[in-house]
Amino acid sequence: MTTDVIDDQSEHDSHDGEHHDHKMTGIKRWLYTTNHKDIGSMYLWFSFIMFLTGGAMALVIRAELFQPGLQIIEPDFFNQMTTVHGLIMVFGAIMPAFTGLANWMLPMMVGAPDMALPRLNNWSFWILPFAFAILLSSFFMESGAPNFGWTFYAPLSTTYSNGSTAFFVFAVHIMGISSIMGAINIVVTIMNMRAPGMTYMKMPLFVWTFFITAYLLIAVMPVLAGTVTMVLTDTYFGTSFFDAAGGGDPVMFQHIFWFFGHPEVYIMILPAFGIVSTTIPAFSRKPLFGYSSMVYATASIAFLSFIVWAHHMFTTGMPLFGELFFMYCTMLIAVPTGVKVFNWAATMWRGSLSFETPMLFSIAFVILFTIGGFSGLMLAMTPADFQYHDTYFVVAHFHYVLVTGALFSIFAGAYYWLPKWTGYMYNDTLSKWHFWCSLISVNLLFFPMHFLGLAGMPRRIPDYALQFADFNKWVSIGGFAFGISQLIFLVLVIKCIRGGEKAPMKPWDGAEGLEWTVPSPAPYHTFTTPPKID
Amino acid sequence: MTIKEYESYYVPAQSKWPIVGAIALFLIAVGAANYVANLNNPENAGGGWVLLAGIALIIYMMFGWFNNVITESMSGKYSHQMDNSFRQGMSWFIFSEVMFFAAFFGALLYARTFSVPWLDGAGNNAATAIILWPEFTATWPLIKTPDGTETTAMGWYGLPLINTILLLTSSITAHFAHVSLEQNKRGLLKFWLGLTVVLGVVFLFCQGLEYAHGYADEMKLYLDSGIYGNTFYLLTGFHGMHVTLGTIMLFVMLIRVFKGHFTPKNHFAFQAASWYWHFVDVVWVILFVFVYII
Repeated sequence: MTTDVIDDQSEHDSHDGEHHDHKMTGIKRWLYTTNHKDIGSMYLWFSFIMFLTGGAMALVIRAELFQPGLQIIEPDFFNQMTTVHGLIMVFGAIMPAFTGLANWMLPMMVGAPDMALPRLNNWSFWILPFAFAILLSSFFMESGAPNFGWTFYAPLSTTYSNGSTAFFVFAVHIMGISSIMGAINIVVTIMNMRAPGMTYMKMPLFVWTFFITAYLLIAVMPVLAGTVTMVLTDTYFGTSFFDAAGGGDPVMFQHIFWFFGHPEVYIMILPAFGIVSTTIPAFSRKPLFGYSSMVYATASIAFLSFIVWAHHMFTTGMPLFGELFFMYCTMLIAVPTGVKVFNWAATMWRGSLSFETPMLFSIAFVILFTIGGFSGLMLAMTPADFQYHDTYFVVAHFHYVLVTGALFSIFAGAYYWLPKWTGYMYNDTLSKWHFWCSLISVNLLFFPMHFLGLAGMPRRIPDYALQFADFNKWVSIGGFAFGISQLIFLVLVIKCIRGGEKAPMKPWDGAEGLEWTVPSPAPYHTFTTPPKID
Repeated sequence: MTIKEYESYYVPAQSKWPIVGAIALFLIAVGAANYVANLNNPENAGGGWVLLAGIALIIYMMFGWFNNVITESMSGKYSHQMDNSFRQGMSWFIFSEVMFFAAFFGALLYARTFSVPWLDGAGNNAATAIILWPEFTATWPLIKTPDGTETTAMGWYGLPLINTILLLTSSITAHFAHVSLEQNKRGLLKFWLGLTVVLGVVFLFCQGLEYAHGYADEMKLYLDSGIYGNTFYLLTGFHGMHVTLGTIMLFVMLIRVFKGHFTPKNHFAFQAASWYWHFVDVVWVILFVFVYII
């Protein structure tokens, strides 16, 4: 993609019209804002706070699991920790971080003045902190927080749930509304706000992945809303959707939940593909290898995500045909994913590589995400899954794709665009410390979980048999090291906002895209006049 | 599209309405959760009032927010591109609503095709039937559940058929109203739009009558009468809620028509309300087939 650099941006900003009101100051700026950059920043900060909150819960879990036996917390509180840790990390940390990146970058990447529906954008963000306030408030209730796992399987969430299920249900409803409205905004911005000349196949791959992710969100978040609604009526209004005594079926819960749940896990990984497809070419100083195959691979993965859900339920006693169908469809996903990994490797092949921090995180992403992908393939095999199901092998698998996958890509993106956001270069030494500490500790944290799972340690238990003690000790040490390493990032970001070496318009010489044609930090309003794309 | 059109894309200034809406939604969620969690505990049921306060606040927000949008639109700040944003936004919103109903239709079809026959021993589930509920026989509508709750199936003729005719007719009248608007025949527009609103209200009334029949002692069709009653009331109930919303939307459009809003070329709000109406109509047709007839 080649771009005509638009003429001096500041010239446009000087004769701004009525829609260029001066920034409000103080709290009102953030409460009333319609600016995609403000809203993006709020999303990113919110997600980081949630990341630390959910991380603290993970550390409570790891502290209890440091030794066999019950030392620190009660089993019921342990279950609340695993449940809310999962809910926070999925809906509060990873998804809002991606939405924040989308808000900041999409309008700049497609040459638009803002998101298509700016007031709706503000609403999408501000309902989110309220949703998590409701969810977290249940810790202070007599009944305690939800304790049925983030997947809230019936009948744990219905017949056997504690008194806070209604709060959980309505909190999830608001999270869903937020995601749907955010996704509609992303779709409309991409369809309707691209600069003249930017055809679909000229869009940066980052834009493509968010486009497809947004469709997944619009399609499956309402199904989640339906699921929690049925849980609500089963719990409080005597319906029996998930109760065989009334003609329903607890397995039906799992079908409906995973029809949402499987696309949901791709919602958390497709944007990661977009980020590393941006950073790897930049630091390899080569265009992305196989752009159009990347687009088609992303679309294929999105399509397949709708027909593989029951691979989460191989042990529920589905008919044999179902087991085989879902096994083969799941394995099929390896093909487009393989295309992607091949393309990233091919982009680096004979490139002029340099190893700035975004690139380090991206390379770590490619390797470690692939490990998560391979363990996914192992889990996809129905007979093998009977052995792995509900063990720490599964925990290892999805933490490899979500932590070293999604989270590492978010770090890559954050380091890549921090100079554009703040106008300053971040502290390079600190960033390297953050990377290497994270890389080593995250593998200490999650790799031994594979062995634990293969040896038969079940997930979601506060106590375990003695033979698992050694690995669990190392896992907990890795967990605390990883948690503390993230504070380096917090310090780094605050330092970077407050000052440092001035960032040029384009700090990475291999970077491509419209966002590098505007000054750093990006002006409050960019592209009030769209750039021309050849 | 020319550059000039792009240049006029209207980015609104700061607005207080979204945060008002966020607080309203917070009150609704907290109030509803509190109310539901204390259903059996009436002395602790302050949640209902919080819920009502939230609903009042969200209505206030809608008045304010839409008022801003209408003022901006009528003062000519919106370009053709802006109009497209609204249209695409509304279409994807309706798609998300379709998926919400899909979850409940999925539950209905799963129960009918799999869980009910399996409870009676279909497939490789013979042991389930023998050990758990040997007396149970699979039927649909499921008028006797495995634990012995008995109920009656709602027939498709009578009220449901009348309702189908009402709603299908109202979709046609809504379309006529739209055509009249495009031809700038304001009198006909008022007539057809008013008729649509009336048909919507009559539909809701008949739906209420049907529920009264269901809850009467002859039928004993309750929300908790097993999977048939569950899917029947949740599907028709959520549909009824959408009809209510759609009727309110169309009624607001009627008021705006009387105030002289909308031109033959520029009437996004009207169009959105009418799309929404056609959507609830289509959902009803699917519902009529799968809930009542088959």
